[in-house]
Amino acid sequence: MSITVKNVSLPRGKSWIDNTYVIPVFKGLMLTFRHLFKRKDVLRYPEEKKVLPPNYRGLHMLTRDDQGREKCVACEMCSTACPADCIRIVAGDGGWEDSREKHPVEFEIDELRCIFCGMCVEACPEDAIDMTDMHNLADYTREDFIYNKERLLGVYDEYIKRHPDHAKRRDGVFKKMMNSSYFTVSDVEKAKHGTGH
Amino acid sequence: MSVDHPEVIPEVTVSSTEELKRKLNLPRKGYKIGEDDEESIEAWQKHDTMTLNFGPQHPATHGTLRMLLNLSGETVVKLDPRPGYLHTGFEKLAEYHTFNQFIAVTDRMNYLSPLANNVGFACAAEKLLGITIPPRAQYIRMIQAELSRIADHLVSIGTHALDLGAFTVFLYGFRQREFIYDLFEISTGSRLTTSYTRIGGVMRDFPEGHVEQLAGFCKQFMMVFDQIEGLLNHNKIFHDRTQGIGKIGAEEAINYGMTGPSIRACGVPYDLRKDEPYLAYDQVDFDIPVGTEGDVFERYLVRMEEMKQSVRIIEQCLAQMPKGPVKVDDHTVALPDKSKVYGSIEGLIHHFKLIMDHHGIDMPAGEIYHATEAPNGELGWYIVSDGNGVPYKVHIRAPSFIHFAMMPRLCQGGLIGDGVAVLGSLNVIAGECDR
Ligand code: SF4
Ligand code: SF4
Repeated sequence: MSITVKNVSLPRGKSWIDNTYVIPVFKGLMLTFRHLFKRKDVLRYPEEKKVLPPNYRGLHMLTRDDQGREKCVACEMCSTACPADCIRIVAGDGGWEDSREKHPVEFEIDELRCIFCGMCVEACPEDAIDMTDMHNLADYTREDFIYNKERLLGVYDEYIKRHPDHAKRRDGVFKKMMNSSYFTVSDVEKAKHGTGH
Repeated sequence: MSVDHPEVIPEVTVSSTEELKRKLNLPRKGYKIGEDDEESIEAWQKHDTMTLNFGPQHPATHGTLRMLLNLSGETVVKLDPRPGYLHTGFEKLAEYHTFNQFIAVTDRMNYLSPLANNVGFACAAEKLLGITIPPRAQYIRMIQAELSRIADHLVSIGTHALDLGAFTVFLYGFRQREFIYDLFEISTGSRLTTSYTRIGGVMRDFPEGHVEQLAGFCKQFMMVFDQIEGLLNHNKIFHDRTQGIGKIGAEEAINYGMTGPSIRACGVPYDLRKDEPYLAYDQVDFDIPVGTEGDVFERYLVRMEEMKQSVRIIEQCLAQMPKGPVKVDDHTVALPDKSKVYGSIEGLIHHFKLIMDHHGIDMPAGEIYHATEAPNGELGWYIVSDGNGVPYKVHIRAPSFIHFAMMPRLCQGGLIGDGVAVLGSLNVIAGECDR
C-alpha cells in the first residue's frame, strides 16, 4: 500500500483580486446567504426531542423478569467493575421466596458520581442492570441523585412503558433505524411523553 | 493570601538595575521578572514593560491555560506558559484503576477527540500483553480514530478562525462535527465520553447498517471543505493574521519535540501512521500533507488536507472491513459474549474471573511505550506494569504539553494578537496538557 507525501502549500503572493478585498467578501456573503434556504439543523428542544439510539448510555435501571421480580442477585460485579465507585450494594440472604441465594437489600447508585461509562452493564452476569435513554436528570439536592433500589426499579417500569420491546430494541429497532438514510438519525420526533422522570 | 504564595508578583519600584536585582533576590519563592537572564531585566526597564495575565479564564485560551506576558506596547517581550490549571491527576488515577477502567478516564484527556485516546491506550496495553486484535476490531478502531481526527480538526480550525474574527467557519464546522457525534452516539452509546475500546478489542460491534451511515457521512462531508476553503483561503484578513506568524524551521521544531500537523507544516513528513504503522494503517492508501513555511497558515492548510485524507481512509476501511469477532477470543483478556455468560458455566466463570478484584487481566510485568498519531501529534503511552491488574505507573506523552512549552519560542517578539493565532493553530487542549 502506498503512503505518499503531498505538499499543500499555496502560493503566497496575493493576486489583485484578493487585494481588492471586495470580491472575496462578496463571495463569502453569497456563501452564507445560500444557507438561508438550507435545511435547518436545530431542534426546538423541549417540544421536539432527538431520537436516541437504543444503546444510549443514560440513567440506569434495574430490570425485572417476566413475572415482575427484580433480576439482581447482589453479586456485586457491577460495583467492582465501576471505575467511579458509585454503586453501593448490601446483600441479603434469600429472595424470591427463598428460591435464590442472595438478593440486594439495598442497591444505590450515586448518579452524580457516575460517569455513564456502561461498565456495570457489561459486567452484570444476570442482565439485571441496564441503561436507558433518559438523560435530562435534574433535581434539587445532592441526595436526590442517589437512586435507591425502588427508584431504579421505577425507572424500569417507566422505561418499559415507552419501549415495551426493550429486549428486541438492541438489535431489531436498530436495524430499522439504520436502513434509512444517514440523516434520519438527527431527525426529530415530537415528544410523546412528559419531560419529567 | 500571603505574600509567600509563589504566584504573587512582588510590587517593585526601582531606580536602578542593581536595586531591582537586590529586591528580586528576596528570600521568597516568588515569580521574579527576568529572574534568569540579565537582558530581560534591561529590556524590562528600557521598554517599561507591563505584566499581563493571559488566561486562565480568557476565552481565546479555549480552556484553563495561563500565560504570563511581559508586554512592551503590544509586543510580547516575554511569554511564560503556566500549565496546571486543569490538573486532574489522570496519570495518578491510572494507578488505582484496572486497565479497562482506565479507558473511561482517557476519554477526558483530549476532549475533542476522546476516541483517539481510547484507541491509543488500548493499543499500548495490547502491545504490553503481546496480543493482536481481530482484523474487524482494527478496522473499527481506525474508522473511529479517523472520525475523531476530523472532529478535532473541525473544532481546531473553527475556533482558530473564530479567534481571528471569522465566525461562520466555526458554525459550519460544528454542524459537521455534530453529525460525527451522532455517529459516535450510535456506535458507542455516548457522544463525548465514549469509552469505546476495551483491552483486546472494542466494546461492541457496529450496529447493523452503521456502515452505510458512515458511507453517507463521507459522501456529504466534502461539502464543508468548499465552505471553509471558500471563506478562508482567499480571505485577506485571514492571510494577514496567519501568514508568516508563529514561524518555525524544521530543525528547530524537531528539537523542540513538535509533532502532528504542526511539524508537518514545517515540511517534515513525520506521521506515526506511516513511520510505525499500528492497527491496519499499512493496508490503506493515504497522503501525508506537508507544508513548507511552518507558519500558522500552513498548519491550517495541513489540517484541512488531513481531514480529506481521513475521509479517504474511512472509505477504504469501510470497503475492506472483514466480518468477524471484535474481541480477541481469549478469556484471560476479553469478556466472553453475554450469551455464553448467561448460558454456560465456563462463560460465567471466565466473566467473573476477569472482573473480580485481584483477578482481572493477567498483565505481564514490564514496561512499554506505544505512540499513536492523535489529531494533535504523537500521543504516547508509557506503561509500567508490575504484573498486577492495575498499572504501576502510566506516563502520557501529551502533544499539547510539548506544544504549549513552545509558545515562548513562537510568540516572543510578535504582537499579542498573534499569540492568539499561534495558540489556536497549535490546538493546545488543557485537559491533555495538564492530564
Ligand atoms: S446488578 Fe447485576 S452485577 Fe450488579 S449486583 Fe445485581 S446481578 Fe450483580
Ligand atoms: S455507568 Fe460506569 S460509573 Fe456509572 S455506575 Fe455504571 S460502571 Fe459506575
